[in-house]
Amino acid sequence: MARTVIVGASVGGVRTAQALRAAGHEGEIMLVGEEAHLPYDKPPLSKAFLAGTATLESIALLTEGAAAEAGIDLVLGSAAVGLNRESGSIRLANGTSLPYDDLVVATGASARPSPWGPLHGLHAVRSLADAHALGAALRAGGPLVVIGAGFIGSEVAATASGMGVEEVTLVDPVPVPLSRVLDAEVAAVFGELHAGRGVRTRFGVGVAGIDETSSGLAVRLEDGTVLPAATVVVGIGAVPNDAWLRGSGIPVDGGVLCDSHNRSVADPQVWAVGDVARWWHPVHDRYVRLEHWTNAVEQAVCVAHNITHPDELRTHAPVEYVWSDQYDWKIQLVGRTGGDTHVRVEGADPEKFAVLYAEGGAFVGALTVNWPKALVTGRRVLSRAGAQPCSLGEVQALVEASRPAPRSAGAGAR
Amino acid sequence: MAVVKADLGACQGYANCVVGAEDVFDIDDDGIVVLLKTTIADGDRTRVEEAARSCPVSALVVEDD
Repeated sequence: MARTVIVGASVGGVRTAQALRAAGHEGEIMLVGEEAHLPYDKPPLSKAFLAGTATLESIALLTEGAAAEAGIDLVLGSAAVGLNRESGSIRLANGTSLPYDDLVVATGASARPSPWGPLHGLHAVRSLADAHALGAALRAGGPLVVIGAGFIGSEVAATASGMGVEEVTLVDPVPVPLSRVLDAEVAAVFGELHAGRGVRTRFGVGVAGIDETSSGLAVRLEDGTVLPAATVVVGIGAVPNDAWLRGSGIPVDGGVLCDSHNRSVADPQVWAVGDVARWWHPVHDRYVRLEHWTNAVEQAVCVAHNITHPDELRTHAPVEYVWSDQYDWKIQLVGRTGGDTHVRVEGADPEKFAVLYAEGGAFVGALTVNWPKALVTGRRVLSRAGAQPCSLGEVQALVEASRPAPRSAGAGAR
Repeated sequence: MAVVKADLGACQGYANCVVGAEDVFDIDDDGIVVLLKTTIADGDRTRVEEAARSCPVSALVVEDD
């Protein structure tokens, strides 16, 4: 009976294992994870789990009981360190080999290492251990300096502020963080959000260095400012964990290069899922790598189908979807934001809005803030199978129609 | 037959379920899931289960009736 070995026990790996069973895979399924913990979900690590309002139990992805029931063999605390395609096996750090018939690479991505070296008080947020260590440091108090105002850095700053940490500063060398993704005019609102919630922002200035001082750390900015810090968080992106495939002949280029079926371009028995996969997106006509929870889940289902149905291969052509929760704001992005035109649609109150993006007049993506209904409208338009492109005006009308009527004062109906 | 259940307190309005099975799930003005039906025919079960499993906060379950 065929054995599928999945390397990586985060959401992409776990969901592949579960989806294989759902798709009728009858052979062995081995799920190999580097960490000794049972699989857990990562989005809460920079939010509720960091704040201490979510428990390990509440962020579990797979319990021992559920794994046993689904016939998934867990091989935890075992990093994969090499792949030998001739023998069809992977090598684990403890020296043992695991033979496979199909191999799914789901090793994810790691936080991009701090250019300022490892220092006591310097943190990243990628694993459970990272979140534990950072949570403990934040509970000891500020000041906190967060370097990098992308989603992870912004979430950490927001969470820390919510935990009562005093003196939180968010630093980014880009004058308007997220402007490359959202357009500068639109992205400026997030800088204002931080400032309005009491987090100091220092944008458009880089970090020259970080020094250890008698009382902690000191972050030196390029304009000469020195920010004292008890804790520094570095959130400057992630790099795919593909180094263990070196020498295997599996082509990697910032992720495992795959065809539109999520199968290695060099080996039909090797597949990739999640943050580590760089696959040929059949609609965008280029290689794409996404660090999105929803993509990992959808890609897992696609790979599981393709392993179990080799004669009916599906392509993976997702509509991008990512979210970020900061303070009391729910930020959601669908499709491709940016484009050449955008229009802002106001929601029922000033903290609810949508920005719709178009390219050549056709709607390509949306940002929504505190307005899931508008998000759903945009996702539906983009997800419709074989959809003709919709004009910006059409989508704007749909989103406006989804805005609830204002609740007028004194209407009083119960 | 199967039934679908939603934990309205857990729902965060991520809306993956709506995209997965828009005949079963919708989102209200406050961004909370609305079940358009609760009984799922056997032929729809796999698809609806997949939509339920796509919930980032595990607010949805499909169970035997």
